[in-house]
Amino acid sequence: MNGGVNGVALAVFIFFFVAVTVMGFLAARWRAAENANNLDEWGLGGRSFGTWITWFLLGGDLYTAYTFVAVPAAIYATGAAGFFAVPYTILVYPLIFTFLPRLWSVSHKHGYVTTSDFVRGRFGSKGLSLAVAITGILATMPYIALQLVGIQAVLDVMGVGGGENTNWFIKDLPLLIAFGVLAAYTYSSGLRAPALIAFVKDTLIYIVIAVAIIYIPIKLGGFDDIFSAANDKFTKAGAGGLAPPAEGQWAYGTLALGSALALFMYPHSITATLSSRSREVIRRNTTILPLYSLMLGLLALLGFMAIAAGVTVENGQLAIPQLFEDMFPDWFAGVAFAAIGIGALVPAAIMSIAAANLFTRNIYKDFLRPNATPEEETKVSKLVSLLVKVGALIFVLGMDKTVAINFQLLGGIWILQTFPALVGGLFTRWFHRWALLAGWAVGMVYGTWKAYDTPSGTQKHFGNTADVPGIGEIGYIGLTAIVLNVVVTVVLTLILRAVKAPDGVDETSAADYKADSGDPGVQTDLPPATAGAPGGH
Amino acid sequence: MTPTRVVAALCLIAPFVGMLWVGSYGKVEPTLIGIPFFYWYQMLWVPISAVLTSVAYILVRREQRERKGGDSA
Repeated sequence: MNGGVNGVALAVFIFFFVAVTVMGFLAARWRAAENANNLDEWGLGGRSFGTWITWFLLGGDLYTAYTFVAVPAAIYATGAAGFFAVPYTILVYPLIFTFLPRLWSVSHKHGYVTTSDFVRGRFGSKGLSLAVAITGILATMPYIALQLVGIQAVLDVMGVGGGENTNWFIKDLPLLIAFGVLAAYTYSSGLRAPALIAFVKDTLIYIVIAVAIIYIPIKLGGFDDIFSAANDKFTKAGAGGLAPPAEGQWAYGTLALGSALALFMYPHSITATLSSRSREVIRRNTTILPLYSLMLGLLALLGFMAIAAGVTVENGQLAIPQLFEDMFPDWFAGVAFAAIGIGALVPAAIMSIAAANLFTRNIYKDFLRPNATPEEETKVSKLVSLLVKVGALIFVLGMDKTVAINFQLLGGIWILQTFPALVGGLFTRWFHRWALLAGWAVGMVYGTWKAYDTPSGTQKHFGNTADVPGIGEIGYIGLTAIVLNVVVTVVLTLILRAVKAPDGVDETSAADYKADSGDPGVQTDLPPATAGAPGGH
Repeated sequence: MTPTRVVAALCLIAPFVGMLWVGSYGKVEPTLIGIPFFYWYQMLWVPISAVLTSVAYILVRREQRERKGGDSA
């Protein structure tokens, strides 16, 4: 940014980066089972994680580097409207509390690794399961790309992003190194690597937030001054403000609700959930995870601080790294950058594992090689986790950054369309498999078309809020699409039931949804203490 | 639906009512240590919703243990 390389900050950054890399490789030995060559081990950490590890893993997973960069960036650019991330992460926990324990139970009873596994077992439909798998992979790739964008923002501010006229290879070399390291330890250690690194990441982030939220306001003269500076900026620009205007309230509420519904449908949140030891662990976690939401709220306020501190950047994503660079002493800026950088690695690893699980179980095994052995499944999953990351890298290097952000918005709209099959399926078998597939297709097409058709800020396409037909308010496109999806599903189910269209075979029973660890038939997952004992799977 | 389950459900629904009724908190005054109402009110809801979820968790767990006939461990 300011031309020179910030040597001290860079040294601190590299120190932490090397430390977590070593941890990532050592993670393979952590709580290892005797036989590491099956997908439960590599892809779900042996399904043995307790309350605290799950807390760090889910926290590290749901609150990504991109969240830490993008949420304050949104506040910096638009004011109050960007704060919807807080009610969104408040609403997500009552939802997880209600839905995911049922998914945990049925998955452990039948050995499901992905949501598509469940949908196939529940509705007896490979087509529907394929739709869910493809949606999951599509929605995850740009999400991984955005993690790399987060790392790039930090590298840029430290001055190692390279200038405009440097060779592209030199310019992107630091990112390529970070990426290579990530790929290597995910490959060798699986889900254990991000679980272990999440401890470091969260500790660093909590320290940085605690310091930032006390130190920066003191330097800037208190919250009164910060908010009045922000108010001046928004009044002058005539855009945004300190509280959303009446006509923006629908958009605010629907974005919060729609994002909350989408978040726990993402393959990576499901992966982290299924890797926990029991359904109790999940419920207990919903009572302690809100600590992250509080942190997110404080982080969001940094966006206003960046305004008050006079940070001016063209690319809004750089606002917070630049604020840290301007405000903190060099060494602490390095700690903050390391927090963001490592914060990108943890979710990127989990996301690529989740996408790889989906591909292996629901495309490779279901359609290409039905007789694949567990060893083969694990091998394919590891390779695909590499491919997915390369795909994300191409996103970041090859395309304009706004493209990745647009696809991520689309990803949210897409993943929401699997809601009726997944959550509907957890509670009832009434929906017909063909109706669900048709509803999904309608929601996908409407959401994609509507988003493409909606201008967003400075761009012609890919807005995330538009007119809700028949209500006359502006709302989140994803939520409108899901309502449409549900209407189509219900109407078609009524018709298909009336003409007695054949139902798929349901391999689950009502009791499966309430089973807990210790109940007969529940695959209790090789707890680490007994991993050496005979009788793994 | 047992009475315990109703209370648990209400605890889980309350945050939705609070957060989706944006009109109830879309304003600047009163401020708290300089932070507009809009922001501190929503952040106040984080601990409130955590407590509500905890209550729901305790209620549901207690009921499940009673149903199992005391073989809780």
